[in-house]
Amino acid sequence: MDQHSERANDPQVAETEDERKRSAAARLFDIRRVIGGLFVVYGVIVGLVGLFDSAAEIDKAQGVRINLWAGLAMLAFGLFMLAWQWLRPVVPPSAEEAREV
Amino acid sequence: MDGAGLRLNMNVLDYGILALYFVTVLGVGFAARRAIRTSVDFFLSGRSLPAWVTGLAFVSANLGALEIIGMAANGAQYGIMTVHYYWIGAVPAMIFLGIVMMPFYYGSRVRSVPEYLRLRFNRPTHLLNAISFAVAQVLIAGVNLYALALIMQALLGWPLWLAIIVGAVIVLAYITVGGLSGAIYNEVLQFFVIVAGLVPITVIGLVKVGGWSGLMDSVRDSKLGEAGLHAWEGTGSTANPLGAHWLGIVFGLGFVLSFGYWTTNFAEVQRALSAKNMSAARRTPIIAAYPKLVIPAVTVIPGLIALVTVKGLGAESGDLVYNNAIPLLMRDLLPNGVLGIAVTGLVASFMAGMAANVSGFNTVFTYDIWQAYVRKERSDEYYIRIGRIATVGGVVVGIGTAFIAAGFSNIMNYIQALFSLFNAPLFATFIIGMFWKRMSALAGFWSLLAGTLAALATYLLYKAGVVHFNSDLEESFWGAGIAFVTVAVVAAVVTPLTRPKRAEELQGLVYGMGGVDLKGDVLAGDQVWWRSPVLLGAIALVLAVLFYIPVF
Repeated sequence: MDQHSERANDPQVAETEDERKRSAAARLFDIRRVIGGLFVVYGVIVGLVGLFDSAAEIDKAQGVRINLWAGLAMLAFGLFMLAWQWLRPVVPPSAEEAREV
Repeated sequence: MDGAGLRLNMNVLDYGILALYFVTVLGVGFAARRAIRTSVDFFLSGRSLPAWVTGLAFVSANLGALEIIGMAANGAQYGIMTVHYYWIGAVPAMIFLGIVMMPFYYGSRVRSVPEYLRLRFNRPTHLLNAISFAVAQVLIAGVNLYALALIMQALLGWPLWLAIIVGAVIVLAYITVGGLSGAIYNEVLQFFVIVAGLVPITVIGLVKVGGWSGLMDSVRDSKLGEAGLHAWEGTGSTANPLGAHWLGIVFGLGFVLSFGYWTTNFAEVQRALSAKNMSAARRTPIIAAYPKLVIPAVTVIPGLIALVTVKGLGAESGDLVYNNAIPLLMRDLLPNGVLGIAVTGLVASFMAGMAANVSGFNTVFTYDIWQAYVRKERSDEYYIRIGRIATVGGVVVGIGTAFIAAGFSNIMNYIQALFSLFNAPLFATFIIGMFWKRMSALAGFWSLLAGTLAALATYLLYKAGVVHFNSDLEESFWGAGIAFVTVAVVAAVVTPLTRPKRAEELQGLVYGMGGVDLKGDVLAGDQVWWRSPVLLGAIALVLAVLFYIPVF
């Protein structure tokens, strides 16, 4: 944001600030997609394992079907991240938008 | 539950989960590469990230495995009192950073915490802080790496050297390639993986001990007894598990130690500097305070569960030391599947901690040492290159430190304790410099130096047995307090004798000098009431107080 450059009265800081005009940060991908993807995969894997857990495994976990529940929870969380990203994609703020407030 | 080795029964599936995590982390690093064109893109993510991302990275940077394993160990050893490290020992300082200090950090456009000292005071102050920070980060990264290797060796049977190299190379790769965006994005991912790994341990553990009331009953019968269930009761004297008086907890832990760590540690503050505007930067530590409020549920509670379910926990050495509380629960309670997730979570937390150290180091090395003192006025691309080389150099030194630590693990503990001493005098210098415009540049240098030496002297005298304290914790409270007072006294004495800085030099850096614009870069949507930093901060503080009520 340009209105800050004049406040940086140190030459090194100012120079770096100037370079920011060329910034490629807008090309950064959306992390929600990665988090969502990884957790959906984890959820499916662990949940499937949970469906076929033997009695010994359920006993170890104090009678809780922990793989099934953890898998479902991770799947739900992953889907939530993906849905959030689809419903509210990142919009790079335009100049007018930044001022209009 | 015979303590016969910590080796986990990992199967192909668990390893698959871990491998998938490694691949994802590397993928994030490489995918972040295309967003790097300028040095700010590399070191500060182009100051473009939304507050929820920087906020979770902020908490994740602190959620190293040493923290998780250590806090579970404290939970087993000291009981509920461990929550002080979160609710009074972290949350207030995080809120303070966001509301009071961030306008100066972010508004002045400094690129690092040491750089603030260069602009507010002078170059010697800056160099002193930049070098001590850089050295500390590399050594602490090494300690983190060694701890990672130890746990991989114990849990998975990997040789120490292999675990050190694998951990280091992955962190190295995603930071060198993806810069701070690679580090921060992975920290956000790591945060969720860590939580996903810890929650099943807590849930099954609670089922095993008969829920919350069952846990309380068992703790009453344990060696901690009733005292293990109260945070404040019994702090009228030092006759409590933590051995700390409430004055020590409030002022030592809650004020000097925690403010020192959270508000001046660049490995943390860097996450906020990468936020997209002032509002997001101020909200970064405040958003981080919310997870911080509830993390004790997955660290302290497992610690208590381990205390009452693992017979013989609390041995001086061997497999049953307090530090193994979480690994032991993983071994005893988790079936394959969630076990893989938990191991991945633990590995993730080591990487988060180390990555924070390394990305803080490369930025300070490049901007504050190389650009400020060695090679000025080179092109922006040149400094990105230096940053990448510094990353490699820092990790290589970290690997060296890790191998040294393998030989002298006690010495490394001391080194880490030593560097933590630097925080209190640094915070004192910052806070006085931020609010007292008359404080001169020379006063900044001498008070920082004298405060650091005072903290160091207290520590060394305690270690040598000349001065006596009830516990290491009490020493750190007192050491920090002495350092704080020393800084204040030296600043008060030196300032009147030396030349003040000109008013225009202090704009945007000191309270009451103008130049701080809280609304200048505001984005549509930042004005809604639930994005107000002050309101969010106040709610977090109220929650911290309310959380204490059931465990008073």
